[in-house]
Amino acid sequence: MYNEKVVDHFSNPRNVGELENPDAVGETGSFKCGDTMTLYLKVQNDRIEDVSFQTFGCGAAIASSSMLTEMVKGKTLDEAMKITNQDVADELGGLPPLKLHCSNLAADALHDAIEKYRKKQGV
Amino acid sequence: MTSRKVYMDHGATTPVREEVLEAMLPFFREHYGNPSSLHAQGRAVRKELENARDIIAGVLGAEPKEIIFTSGGTESNNIVLRGAAKKRGAPGHIITTSIEHHAVFDVCRDLEKEGHQVTYLPVDKYGKVDPQSVRKAIRPDTFIISVMAANNEIGTLQPIEEIGAIAAEHKVLFHTDAVQVVGQLPLNLSKLKADFLSLSAHKFNGPKGVGALFMRKGIRVAPIYIGGGQERKIRPGTENVPAIIGMAKALELAAAEMDEKSRSLTKLRDRLISGLLQIDEVILNGHPDERLPGNVNVSFKHIEGESVLLSLDLQGVAASSGSACSSGSLDPSHVLSAIGLDHPTAHGSIRFSLGYGNNDDDIDYVLEIIPAITDRLRRISPTYKPKAV
Repeated sequence: MYNEKVVDHFSNPRNVGELENPDAVGETGSFKCGDTMTLYLKVQNDRIEDVSFQTFGCGAAIASSSMLTEMVKGKTLDEAMKITNQDVADELGGLPPLKLHCSNLAADALHDAIEKYRKKQGV
Repeated sequence: MTSRKVYMDHGATTPVREEVLEAMLPFFREHYGNPSSLHAQGRAVRKELENARDIIAGVLGAEPKEIIFTSGGTESNNIVLRGAAKKRGAPGHIITTSIEHHAVFDVCRDLEKEGHQVTYLPVDKYGKVDPQSVRKAIRPDTFIISVMAANNEIGTLQPIEEIGAIAAEHKVLFHTDAVQVVGQLPLNLSKLKADFLSLSAHKFNGPKGVGALFMRKGIRVAPIYIGGGQERKIRPGTENVPAIIGMAKALELAAAEMDEKSRSLTKLRDRLISGLLQIDEVILNGHPDERLPGNVNVSFKHIEGESVLLSLDLQGVAASSGSACSSGSLDPSHVLSAIGLDHPTAHGSIRFSLGYGNNDDDIDYVLEIIPAITDRLRRISPTYKPKAV
């Protein structure tokens, strides 16, 4: 059902856990399907210095979370804001159609974190 | 990853037993005649077909003419519910439960669109229907009551004897979807006051695509299919002879081995349940004792069921889940909601259904690998706070 890359990110997720003293914490959740994700960001000079996540969800949700953290590390906040849920799914080499909604939480949590960070900075 | 394979999804389907396959093969090769044909080839097959009907009727405590061959549980359920509604003609009232299989539940939903009214009875936290709630729900226009013999997801056995008696007392038709029970537990239609019973061969090590409907003598629904005269015109079409022969063989074997098998499955089941409950924040779904011999359904808190399934699959274990993510819909199973589980707990449910071929080694293997799986997934989960050591 899932391709090798998805299974790899599910089995060996990158950047799992909480960051100490994060600059921003993004959250997203679908009450309906039950998946929730928390994303932690460390930002320096408008660039994502470190990132980590915690996810309650299916294989696609966990793999998407992990994939996203790899995609955004080192990116500027402007670049990161442009990443879409579809980009994450594409980077994973595709997800089964029924699973696309499960991957939608990753970019949403990222955007939430960046928006909160900017608000805090007064931007 | 691993070469070990453990199949614990017998509630979904079961392997066909070797003896069953052997019994079927001649009906592809030599005995290919149409049982409705008058020639020798046809007559020979007719004789075997009727013998299969005798066997099935015998196991169930029914008369042969009360057995109608169908393509399985879904078709049997449709024939009963739609046929009873069609026979009634005018809109009427149906009583069923909130935990039926989709092959009953969704048929009732569909009949609502045709003007019928349906009462979906609630269940208690174990998934049991209260027979008195059935009695209270009966109205003058109630024409059929349909309650499953055991739930497919959480395994809870239903009080169908009492419900059947209540239905008979009120002269309302009673149907039971016994797909999960036939071949697993004793069932005697000479005592059970059911007018209709559905069964499916692939749940008891028979082939897929074949089942039967018991329709009590003197009772008849309006046919929903029109065609030839087969199966008392209730299920026209040339009979799936090899599959029917296989079904009879599988049921005969299941009946002969039932006591021993249900005892050994219950032992394996209870070992698996108590092992799983050793893990922190795991709850058992369904009734502790009054459940199918092979059914284990637990919720792992803080984890989504599909991710457990996927992890088990990577280590060779086949199970199933009532989580939304594994079903393709966004909602968790209606059964888990009906027993009062909150969404996250319902999403964390896993069903292990044991059957023919499972042994103590399989239980050991699952109990050996599952703590690491749940521990790993909980470490990823935002809702899990490990207990301080």
